[in-house]
Amino acid sequence: MNKIYLDHAATTPTRSEVVDVMLPYFTQQFGNPSSIYEVARINRKALDEARTTVAQALGATSEEVFFTSGGTESDNWAIKGIAEAYEKKGKHIITSNIEHHAVLHTCQYLEKKGYEVTYLPVDEYGQISIEDLKNAIRKDTILISIMYANNEIGTIQPIEAIGQVAKEHNIIFHTDAVQAVGHIPIDVKKMNIDLLSLSGHKLFGPKGIGVLYIRKGIKIRSLLHGGAQERNRRAGTENVPAIVGLAKALELSIEEMETSNKKIIQLRDYLIQGVQEKIPYVRLNGHPTERLPGNINFSFQFIEGESLLIALDMHGIFASSGSACTSGSLDPSHVLLAIGLPHEIAHGSLRLTLGSENTKEEMDEVLEVLPQVVQRLRDMSPLYEDFLHSQR
Amino acid sequence: MYTKKVMDHFMNPRNMGEIEEASGVGTVGNAKCGDIMRMYLQVEDDIITDVKFKTFGCGAAIATSSIATELVKGKTIEEALKVTNKAVVEALDGLPPVKVHCSLLAEEALHAALWDYAQKNHIKIEGLEPPKKDINEEEEIKE
Repeated sequence: MNKIYLDHAATTPTRSEVVDVMLPYFTQQFGNPSSIYEVARINRKALDEARTTVAQALGATSEEVFFTSGGTESDNWAIKGIAEAYEKKGKHIITSNIEHHAVLHTCQYLEKKGYEVTYLPVDEYGQISIEDLKNAIRKDTILISIMYANNEIGTIQPIEAIGQVAKEHNIIFHTDAVQAVGHIPIDVKKMNIDLLSLSGHKLFGPKGIGVLYIRKGIKIRSLLHGGAQERNRRAGTENVPAIVGLAKALELSIEEMETSNKKIIQLRDYLIQGVQEKIPYVRLNGHPTERLPGNINFSFQFIEGESLLIALDMHGIFASSGSACTSGSLDPSHVLLAIGLPHEIAHGSLRLTLGSENTKEEMDEVLEVLPQVVQRLRDMSPLYEDFLHSQR
Repeated sequence: MYTKKVMDHFMNPRNMGEIEEASGVGTVGNAKCGDIMRMYLQVEDDIITDVKFKTFGCGAAIATSSIATELVKGKTIEEALKVTNKAVVEALDGLPPVKVHCSLLAEEALHAALWDYAQKNHIKIEGLEPPKKDINEEEEIKE
């Protein structure tokens, strides 16, 4: 049985070109970049080059790029670091109610520390309103943190407009761009982004590596204290192999973005259309146009997401659910509830996230299996039974 | 995360379906939690001669419903009442801790169906409590 991987928003395989450039830094080039001898100098140079590559990819300068352990650390650092550095100015933060937990839980932590947080609602497509944002701004607002694109429903926020509002009000703007970088074009200067989080393993790079872009002139407290790495802002010996790998992955994804997106969007739309034709009582969640190229999020009425995932897994199709049921919580996804889905519909959601290595044959296989699996689960569902009775 | 038994009952559920004009029907759980179980019983001379289920829920919910029907089919009502959620979990070779509530739901669905049977026939079943909850909107409002 062929395995079909459709969970690229969760993680991506590390590309072989990326692994190739990483390998020497585990063995021959193992030196600590902070040391003085030759092998270390080579590593210092590799770090500098990687930093320049990342900076160019974002439209930033290399002294604005700070390597971290991943998206979660970048989000934590951005929010806690700004909150602490600007607490004299104010203790109010604005975010949205569909952020990743790395942002939401960090904000909740700050609320316990005496900060106030406004969670902006989103519309049925998952976008915040610029009016709501303007109305939420107070004299003591120090930070706006709005994700670039949502991990579950793929909705892209009006980032440039948010950046404009932040600039006009002299408020720092952070964006969690973990799902966006390497997938859609980003320019931090043009969009007036002050801080941006990204992660290596979402763009065919290695896990355990990320970046926080911090615009020059922004004050920030450190999260990790220790050595003088990352210009005294993020202590800890640099993860050189991963940094080199991240830079390579980012370089490749930007080089190939246009051709790869063209292919992915074609596959995505083919799959969406096929599912909508073959399966009744299905809803496509997210924005019709402002959505990530690889994201599909469906809600199938009358069935529950986890059972759907397991059944797909049995057919070699790897997907994910909007329901957090598998992680032990009985609540459906906060994102799907935020766009206004009733609980029972939010429970029946399926996220398929495509990558450039997916093929049309794989989409056809999904279109073969998915309708059968959905029908089998519906035949088992008392909700479907009640629905059919009510139709008689 | 699931045992082979759970996967087997999920992929090949036993006694799935409806019984027309069943002796008793019980529906428990709610859509908010993501689990709804319905059990149909056919009772003749105090013996559960047939049983069917329908479930909206996760893999564990479907598997627990399936095995619960196997455990009570052909049993007397008294014997069926002794089928606890613990017996359901054991018959599946275990469930992940977060899924144990599914086995409780199976026990409740069975009891609700028996209660319905008792009500319809104006009899009292020793040791049977009225069902704690059913699917209704009130629960949504309470929270």
